[in-house]
Amino acid sequence: MIGRLRQFCAFWYDFVIGDDWRVAVGVVVALGATYGLHRASVPAWWVVPAAVVVLLPYSLWRASRSR
Amino acid sequence: MSGGALFLAVFLACAVEAVEATTIVLAAGTARDWRSALYGVFAALVTLAVLIGALGPALSAVPLHALRLLVGGLLLVFGLQWLRKAILRASGYKALHDEEQIYAEELAAAEAVPRERRGAVTDWYAFTLAFKGCVLEGLEVVFIALTFGANDHNLPLAALAAGAAVVVVALAGIAVRAPLARVPENSMKFVVGVMLTAFGTFWGAEGAGAHWPGSDAALPVVVGGVAVFAIALVAALRRSRMASRSTPELLVSS
Repeated sequence: MIGRLRQFCAFWYDFVIGDDWRVAVGVVVALGATYGLHRASVPAWWVVPAAVVVLLPYSLWRASRSR
Repeated sequence: MSGGALFLAVFLACAVEAVEATTIVLAAGTARDWRSALYGVFAALVTLAVLIGALGPALSAVPLHALRLLVGGLLLVFGLQWLRKAILRASGYKALHDEEQIYAEELAAAEAVPRERRGAVTDWYAFTLAFKGCVLEGLEVVFIALTFGANDHNLPLAALAAGAAVVVVALAGIAVRAPLARVPENSMKFVVGVMLTAFGTFWGAEGAGAHWPGSDAALPVVVGGVAVFAIALVAALRRSRMASRSTPELLVSS
């Protein structure tokens, strides 16, 4: 039973999070920062694109280093 | 988002997943038993239909801002995963997705397992192989179609695009009775990765309260920006790979 539950969780982790959990954490932080800036009435549209510009090369750099 | 862009994004994403599912079903049917494999496909379609029936109305009931935040975030994580893999493949750091090789591996694995009958299913292995393949690839199809459709308030068009992709690929698979190796799957995955990342960026930021300059007109700019950035990353990684390969040779020659 525990083995099946573990398999189930592992499947959803792999499905949503994938190979690099740092990307998922970065996205959550970026969305949180966007919300925070919006609440403070500061233009926040640039936060998520900036996060993509940082997260994607960082994740690729880590992946290419390990191959 | 225009209907055409929604249709294209969902169609391409779903076609890629359908190609992968077709390869698995072809291997199960060819190596084992076609009837059991088709039972597996049917059972998978019923499972996915139940999932759509449960999730579709639930997603439609969520307030738009919350939906865009949740779905935008998920699409962005999902899109960055696709794009990461696509860039690694395009730059040579990861092997290209090869349907013929996957088909050969699935075929060899399927031939090695003894036949077992369970109820109406004459070959349980063929059934489960086809079922798992279709459910796993189909989950991505359902996720993409539902999130795009719900975000754009056009679930019927998203469902039509997903259905059209599955039907086109399935018909092609039946016609050639071989893995669809000629489909430019790696290029399609790159395009889909760009689109998922761009739409996830746009909707996620909007859901978190941001207002894009130019409102909806910003979306094509984001799509273009992500595409150019991804292409630049491919070029940079290729250069770095070439440089790391040539370094030992230079050392030897010097």
